[in-house]
Amino acid sequence: MTRRVTAAIAILMVGLLIALDHAGTDLNPYKAPPLLALGSGTAASGGFCGALPE
Amino acid sequence: MADAAVAGAAGSGAAPGGRLASRGLIVLAGLAAVLAVALLAGARYGLLLALGLGFGLVLEGLRFGFAGPWRAMILRRDPSGILAQLLAIALVSVVAFPLLARAGGEIQGAAAPIGWAMAGGAFVFGAAMQVVLGCGSGTLVNAGSGNPVSLLALPFFAIGSFLGAYSLVWWTGLGALPVLTLTGGSGLALTLVLLAAVAGLLLLLAAPGTRRVPRRLVIAALLLAALAVGNLVVAGQPWGVVYGLGLWGAKAAVALGADLSGSAFWTAPGNAARLEASLLTDVTSLTNIGIICGAFLVSCWRQGGLSQPLPKLPARAWAATVVTGLLLGYSSRLAFGCNVGAFFSGISTGSLHGWVWFAMAFAGSVIGVRLRPALGLEART
Repeated sequence: MTRRVTAAIAILMVGLLIALDHAGTDLNPYKAPPLLALGSGTAASGGFCGALPE
Repeated sequence: MADAAVAGAAGSGAAPGGRLASRGLIVLAGLAAVLAVALLAGARYGLLLALGLGFGLVLEGLRFGFAGPWRAMILRRDPSGILAQLLAIALVSVVAFPLLARAGGEIQGAAAPIGWAMAGGAFVFGAAMQVVLGCGSGTLVNAGSGNPVSLLALPFFAIGSFLGAYSLVWWTGLGALPVLTLTGGSGLALTLVLLAAVAGLLLLLAAPGTRRVPRRLVIAALLLAALAVGNLVVAGQPWGVVYGLGLWGAKAAVALGADLSGSAFWTAPGNAARLEASLLTDVTSLTNIGIICGAFLVSCWRQGGLSQPLPKLPARAWAATVVTGLLLGYSSRLAFGCNVGAFFSGISTGSLHGWVWFAMAFAGSVIGVRLRPALGLEART
């Protein structure tokens, strides 16, 4: 067996993760934030590993 | 993507014309994924996936890593890889410090408090990343390129990250300083002096013949710095890995019926909202997915990149991989980041916790390189 199998499994896992998540959530590109945070005038609000919960 | 795998696999032994066609499919697969996310979720999210793919392409394509170079310094006194890391961090800081000073709340650094749990978490993470030879970004890259150890470690990394975040507030309560950051021109100057001092120390300790950085790593450092600045400008936050993995674990736990109401972390408004939202709108999830897919695309592109046989490891090595994956995730949450979020992004955006993380994780790595053969993950020397 080669890495061909394990690499394919990795991509299938990613695909499965996205598919299962997509089944339970909604996407709306019209509610998306501006392309760039810099210059947008809005505060950064993404999740980050350094942030403690407020 | 699966088509690209087949194409890449076929390409390893194909004629030049067939290889060209399969490589064209690889490029198309990447572009199609970015376009799909941009159309479904929004242009910013498509761009973040593109940045993630870029990280994966650079890390795998130019073989730029974190755990490996630390191991090389510890075992062979070869500092070239760490010097490249320091170069990338310095380049990002030169741009990030002025941006953070002027952008107000639009852009945030990787600021986090120094504390007992933070320092201990960094130590454990440093040891764990040497056991499986994969840090935060390294585990994603290695999984995408078909490394079976990282592929097994990755889901447990996500579970550990979820559990670490679940109890993060309790751990931080054991004792932590306020958030300490270097800012402005003086902060940038001090950061660059400290980076130069570490580089000087490494060069002093280096074995003869190792005091140079290969051009491949210099190019990788330049590209990684550009991508990291891009992440900062597009997302308003630095490059990170661990939050996204924890979110994947939390979403899986909720899907299986877990009640997260007892966690101060996962019930905080921002985190609770992200649990409800699509992964395709989460910054670190998108870049993580991009890194895995970028590494996969490089492996497909390379002639024979996926034809390497899988290693035959003893059962205790696989058991150690599971435990180490959990530890990587749990400890990196307590440490407020991994090699990317704390070390790379913390230092380059002025957070002093990044420096403590560096020292503690390096000390842990010294232990980790000795644990790796004992756990059956390499031949005993």
